[in-house]
Amino acid sequence: MKTAFDPTDAAAGVLFILFGLFFGVQSLGLDLGTAFRMGPGYFPLILSGVLILLGAVILAGSLGATAQDFGAMAWRGMLFILPAPIVFGLTVRGLGFVPSIFLTAFVAGFASLKMSPARALVLAVAITIFSTLVFSYGLGLPFRRFGPWLPM
Amino acid sequence: MDLFSNLALGFSTAATPANLFFCLIGALLGTLVGVLPGIGVTATIAMLLPITFQLEPVSSLIMLAGIYYGAQYGGSTTAILINLPGESSSAVTAIDGYQMARNGKAGTALAIAALGSFFAGTFATLLVAIFAPPLTIIALKFGAAEYFSLMLLGLVSAIALAHGSVPKALAMVVLGLLLGLVGTDIYTGTPRFNFGITNFADGLNFVALAVGVFGIAEILRNLEDERSRKVITSQVGSLFPSREDLRKMLAPMMRGTVLGSALGVLPGGGAILASFAAYTVEKRLSKEPHTFGKGAVAGVAGPESANNAGAQTSFIPLLTLGIPANPVMALMVGAMIIQGIVPGPNVASEQPALFWGVIASMWIGNLMLVILNLPLIGLWVRLLKVPYFVLFPIILAFCSIGVYSVNSNVFDLYSVAMFGLLGYVLIKLRCEPAPLLLGFVLGPLLEENLRRAMILGRGDPMVFVTRPISATLLALTVVVLIVVLLPSVRAKREEVFVED
Repeated sequence: MKTAFDPTDAAAGVLFILFGLFFGVQSLGLDLGTAFRMGPGYFPLILSGVLILLGAVILAGSLGATAQDFGAMAWRGMLFILPAPIVFGLTVRGLGFVPSIFLTAFVAGFASLKMSPARALVLAVAITIFSTLVFSYGLGLPFRRFGPWLPM
Repeated sequence: MDLFSNLALGFSTAATPANLFFCLIGALLGTLVGVLPGIGVTATIAMLLPITFQLEPVSSLIMLAGIYYGAQYGGSTTAILINLPGESSSAVTAIDGYQMARNGKAGTALAIAALGSFFAGTFATLLVAIFAPPLTIIALKFGAAEYFSLMLLGLVSAIALAHGSVPKALAMVVLGLLLGLVGTDIYTGTPRFNFGITNFADGLNFVALAVGVFGIAEILRNLEDERSRKVITSQVGSLFPSREDLRKMLAPMMRGTVLGSALGVLPGGGAILASFAAYTVEKRLSKEPHTFGKGAVAGVAGPESANNAGAQTSFIPLLTLGIPANPVMALMVGAMIIQGIVPGPNVASEQPALFWGVIASMWIGNLMLVILNLPLIGLWVRLLKVPYFVLFPIILAFCSIGVYSVNSNVFDLYSVAMFGLLGYVLIKLRCEPAPLLLGFVLGPLLEENLRRAMILGRGDPMVFVTRPISATLLALTVVVLIVVLLPSVRAKREEVFVED
């Protein structure tokens, strides 16, 4: 497929420009100081300028370039992998280490097409037992094994 | 002689039963994760980093060094057995190593890689021990201007050796530098770029960033094409190289070691360059260049020795100047800072036991890899057959536990998810994440030294040019930039990296 520009590079260029703008605008709100005594905004402002410039160079380079194969996106992976650490974060204090790590492993398991609920369950139980033994008992990490949310 | 008393101190620190144990665990864990296809050295260390934080500083650094060599070794194992280099520096090993494996000589190739690495490691450790102390003395004379110029050189060289587009790599470095500045300005205490989130007041969490951008993003990338995963059917064969093979590997091993040691010191990730350079040299010098690409012993021995020597000597800038030469060293800096050690020329004089202990443990780690891993190859091969869908939930669980254990702050876990997404988006946009990490670590240092230098120079930027060392370093930086941007070099560079 030939287009007049490479969408991947164009997107990268735009992303860098946006990052540059974000940091640049924020820097302008800070004290810039002088070259002699630089304020907190001086160096970031320079960097933001450079980043915007580089983004523009990348964007310009994408025009007229041939689009390259973008490959598949790991949508399913993103749906289950990214929430896994969040699940751990949300539950580790309330439920405690043991149930929390079980949930994390269980959720993560579904990111693969090849994972069935039964397999995920077995795997999550195994990971929970292993982690509890190694991290909680073995390394002695100071986590509550079962938290206050549980009626125990 | 000083060298011997220093080394004696080092070995007495590194060879305590506890430290030997951590070195062993590190080497094993590193190999274990490194063997997993698609997980490179940086990702391996990022994932295992949090485990080491519970230890004493010396033990923690020793274990990390073990993980580093182990992961590298694991990377060459997969390169040889299934033609899937875990990282770019073993991409060259895959060329001839995998061909040897297909000819039924996988065991020999693995043994050659291990022996070559061990030889190189021994030599390079000695080099580090000899050259680190005088360099720290020079380093102590470095002022803010020199540090700034040196870091600039390091960052630019890192780009020169990165894959793909130069503007993108530069942009990734700059983005990394900016992300490194998030938090509180050290001079004035002014909060900046923190989105009003108090958790960002101390800056973005380094471990969360590394685990997210390398670990999580890697997993996502591996999950893209699940259906087309390779099935492994390699037979290992005899481990012992024949006398003929040994004779063939001797010279390439030595050349690779010297080349790798020299290139490893360069800022910007010497190991990758070293293995490519060693391969090219061997092919040029070989009496039978036609065997290259078809399972030449020299094509495995040279690059493997070179990349291990380079990996070792890349500790020199870290230990003497406190400046990381590559992303792995950037992780080491992060680990040292979390342990309360400020990397730099003072480490050698203020904490000699730590300094020399780490150097000694490099050699011990290499020795352990040879002794342990050759007999364990069967185990690693079996590990290659474990399906990925079993592995990644385990990795994810360990990452979560690890990141949480650093500060017991749940916010760090949300950061992991955020950086994982950012890392994956960047990978999809064909932006290599390694320069970002390097920039992130150097960001605050770069700013601090720039500001100090400018104050000392009374606001005159000429301070960077009038001081001879700083001027030389800046001139080198410009040369590197020009060379990288030359059209002929650019074409050559793409050719070199096309292999992986």
